[in-house]
Order: sequence, then structure tokens, then C-alpha cells
Amino acid sequence: MKPSLRALAVLLMVAAPATAQETLQPPAAFDSITDQTARSAALFEEMGKVLQSPRCLNCHPVTGGPTQGDDMHKHMPPVVRGEADFGAPGMNCSTCHGSENVSFATGPGSIPGHEPWALAPLSMGWQGLSLSDICVQLKDPARNGNRDLEALYKHNATDGLVGWGWEPGEGRTPAPGSQADFAALTRAWIDTGSACPQ
Amino acid sequence: MTTLTVNGKEVTVDLDPDTPLLWVLRDELRLTGTKFGCGVAQCGACTVMLDGMPRRSCITPISTAEGSEVTTIEGMQGPEVTAVQAAWAGIDVPQCGWCQSGQVMSATALLQMVPSPTDEDIDNAMAGNVCRCATYVRIREAIHTAAKTLEG
Ligand code: FES
Ligand code: FES
Repeated sequence: MKPSLRALAVLLMVAAPATAQETLQPPAAFDSITDQTARSAALFEEMGKVLQSPRCLNCHPVTGGPTQGDDMHKHMPPVVRGEADFGAPGMNCSTCHGSENVSFATGPGSIPGHEPWALAPLSMGWQGLSLSDICVQLKDPARNGNRDLEALYKHNATDGLVGWGWEPGEGRTPAPGSQADFAALTRAWIDTGSACPQ
Repeated sequence: MTTLTVNGKEVTVDLDPDTPLLWVLRDELRLTGTKFGCGVAQCGACTVMLDGMPRRSCITPISTAEGSEVTTIEGMQGPEVTAVQAAWAGIDVPQCGWCQSGQVMSATALLQMVPSPTDEDIDNAMAGNVCRCATYVRIREAIHTAAKTLEG
């Protein structure tokens, strides 16, 4: 790398340090809320820390293409959603994103990857939505890929691309907690009636 | 050890599995038509075909290319790349030339997928190929010309 570029990279790293990873409270932390519906909504709010983390939001946009980074800036190079949520013909997501995170060979940082790697469908976009709206959308089979609550649990608990949020590679803050914590919250939220926050 | 096919020839390399494919192409196989620019998937100069799809070789660890077919600018064949080459030469698209093998790879891939691309198709497909000499207007014109040639 040229010295000037290296200086720029160092500056960028100093300007945008990866913040420490947030944790998630376990379902038991909500036991003191006696009203079940209120407890359920509170559990969803805890899940919201994940749902609204940049790791999830960046690929759940409501218009255009993805954003990127902890500050959710416009994706560079500019990319579009494309017909299959996979970019434009000639420049699909896989032109750059491979099956795993790849550290840059020439300096700090990494390019994220996973198999598959694609945008969430438009019906599942939730950038800028309130947590309450995200909750309603998430439960709606017409918008959630025809998933019932159990399928939703399975998605949150086991899906690899969801799991990538906690292993995002150098330069990106992982989603709060762990996928197991997120799964436990989802389970508890469903078991308490899957209520949505107001 | 990683074995892959490059321009129709099987090659085996004994390198750190994290070595970028671009390093292998340029430094080991001496296929220097593929260029190094940014090294961070931002410029497109290193574009090759990996199993028939455009791929930035600077962020492709050699381990992930095991068993794959790689085609570099030196090995490109077929009506699309022939039309692109002719259109490029016809209006002298390149200035310094540094970005151009990447541009040709992306343009060829686009025409393979969309035979008559609109300006928007071109902008979307070529958005990841930076030209520091700003030859964008000629690139777009040449892609349209190549598309017309392919229509016959
Ligand atoms: S060198 Fe690979 S995209 Fe710039
Ligand atoms: S022709 Fe000089 S960089 Fe494109």
C-alpha cells in the first residue's frame, strides 16, 4: 500500500473504532413482569437490539440497495437490489462477496461473506421502521416468507446468514449477545404469546 | 496445495491458502493482464471469471477457488468478448489502460447476461469498475456498439 493510503486507513480506523459488543439479557431477566403480554413485548424489545443492529439492518433496506458499516453508509461501490435480491446482472453480490469473510491482504479490514449472501427480500425490509412495526411485519406470513412462529424461531436460532451477524469479520461490530441468546429470547417471546411492543 | 483450472489449463499451486487469487495469477502464473488496483474490492481492476461469473480476484483466497475454472483477460473467448474488443478498439476506449482489462471482463459478463443492455443496466453492472482516466462515456458507447454487433 502507498504510504498516503496507509495513513488514510489508519485515520479511518482511529475515527471509527469498532465499539465493544453489547450483551443481551436472558429471558429470566423479564420474569418480574407479571403481565404476560407486557413480558412478551419486553422480550421482543430485547430481541430488537439484534433486529435493529447494523449487522441486520444493512441488508434489510426498504428501498434500493444495501447499506454497510457500523454507521450504515451507502454501499460502496454502488449496488442495486436486482430482480433476485442479488445485485445487477454483471455485478451480483457474489462478484465481491464469497462464501466466508475475507481479510484484506493489503491492510486492515475485511470483506464479509457467507453462502448464501443476498439482500433480504423487499417485503422483509425494516430499515427506519419502529420496533413495533418490525414486530407486526415479522409475524405476517405474507411478508415473512410464509413462516409461522416455529419457522421464525428456527430461522432466528439456526439460519447461517442470521448467524453471520455475530461473526461479521474484522472491522464490524457483532450483533449484541449471541445467536443462542437471540434464540432463547425468541423462544420466550413466542411462548408468552408473541406480543408486539406499542 | 490448491488445484484449479486457469484459462483451460489445470494448475496446482503450493501457497498459503489465504493467498489472493490475484497474486497467484500475476506472480506465479505471470498472467499480468489482470491488474492490481485497490486490493479491497473497490476498483474492479482485478476482475476475472470464476466458474463463468465475474469475480474480484484480490479478495478471493486461493483456497476458495479449489476446483474452480478461472478465466483471465488472456483466456477470454466467444462472440461477446470479440464484439467488446472490436468496439473498444473502434473508438479507442482506453486512456492509460490500467482499468481496462477489468472493464472488458465486466462488459463481457454483462453482454453474456443481457444482450441489449440499457444505460441503466450498464451503469449497474459497471459501477464497481473505477477508471481513473474517466473513460466512462466511451465505455458505455462501446458496450452499446458491441451489443448492436452481437444482434447481427
Ligand atoms: S484490485 Fe481488486 S477490486 Fe481493486
Ligand atoms: S483508462 Fe486509465 S484508469 Fe481507466
